[in-house]
Amino acid sequence: MIEIVAWICGIMLSLGAIACVIRVIKGPSILDRVLGLDVLLLIISAGLCVDMAVNRHTDYLLFVVAACTIGFVGSVTVSRYVSDKRNA
Amino acid sequence: MDMFLDILVAVLLVLGCLMSLIAGIGLLTFPDLLTRMHAATKPQVLGFLLIFAGLAIHLRSWLIVPALIVAWAMQLLTAPVSAHMIGRSGYRTKHAKKETLFSDELHQVLDEVSAAPATGPIPVAKPSRAERRQGAPGEAD
Repeated sequence: MIEIVAWICGIMLSLGAIACVIRVIKGPSILDRVLGLDVLLLIISAGLCVDMAVNRHTDYLLFVVAACTIGFVGSVTVSRYVSDKRNA
Repeated sequence: MDMFLDILVAVLLVLGCLMSLIAGIGLLTFPDLLTRMHAATKPQVLGFLLIFAGLAIHLRSWLIVPALIVAWAMQLLTAPVSAHMIGRSGYRTKHAKKETLFSDELHQVLDEVSAAPATGPIPVAKPSRAERRQGAPGEAD
């Protein structure tokens, strides 16, 4: 049963990740790209969690905790330095 | 009991991954930065809650529950920070479509700030100390 769940989750996560990559490529502004990369990191963490559940181990737990804790630093840093050049 | 828990784990994991799929679809189809931000927060809170619950139940272990709670709580704390910064930059660089907003209170505040002199203080509605002193009778000298 868990194998079927793994297939379904894998397909859904892959489609979500592909959509994020398309948004990162297309994105009209750098903020859209940062948002897409943020969601991509979340999807990778979710995939690691599903892998831990399917294969019954806890090897990736530290990465998931770290990604949840400091994953916001990238988008905050990028959006901090995006400014309106006409008013600056 | 084991069968019930297995079905519960399957439902939780599939729903959690569905949130990621919804976020991807929303990122592709929504027209605007602010609406895309709305879609991007779906897996951050609810998706991770479902996936972590499914993982902890499937491993049948209380040992990893504190780590998962820490991860989820940090996600809950840091998601508004990045959302605030992205929204702020998006608004000020005109990437947010303002004609789609129903109410825009930040516009008025930004107009007041940009109308003030460049190095002066930001004007506030409260009267300053000098004005209050002038307005009060008998305290002029």
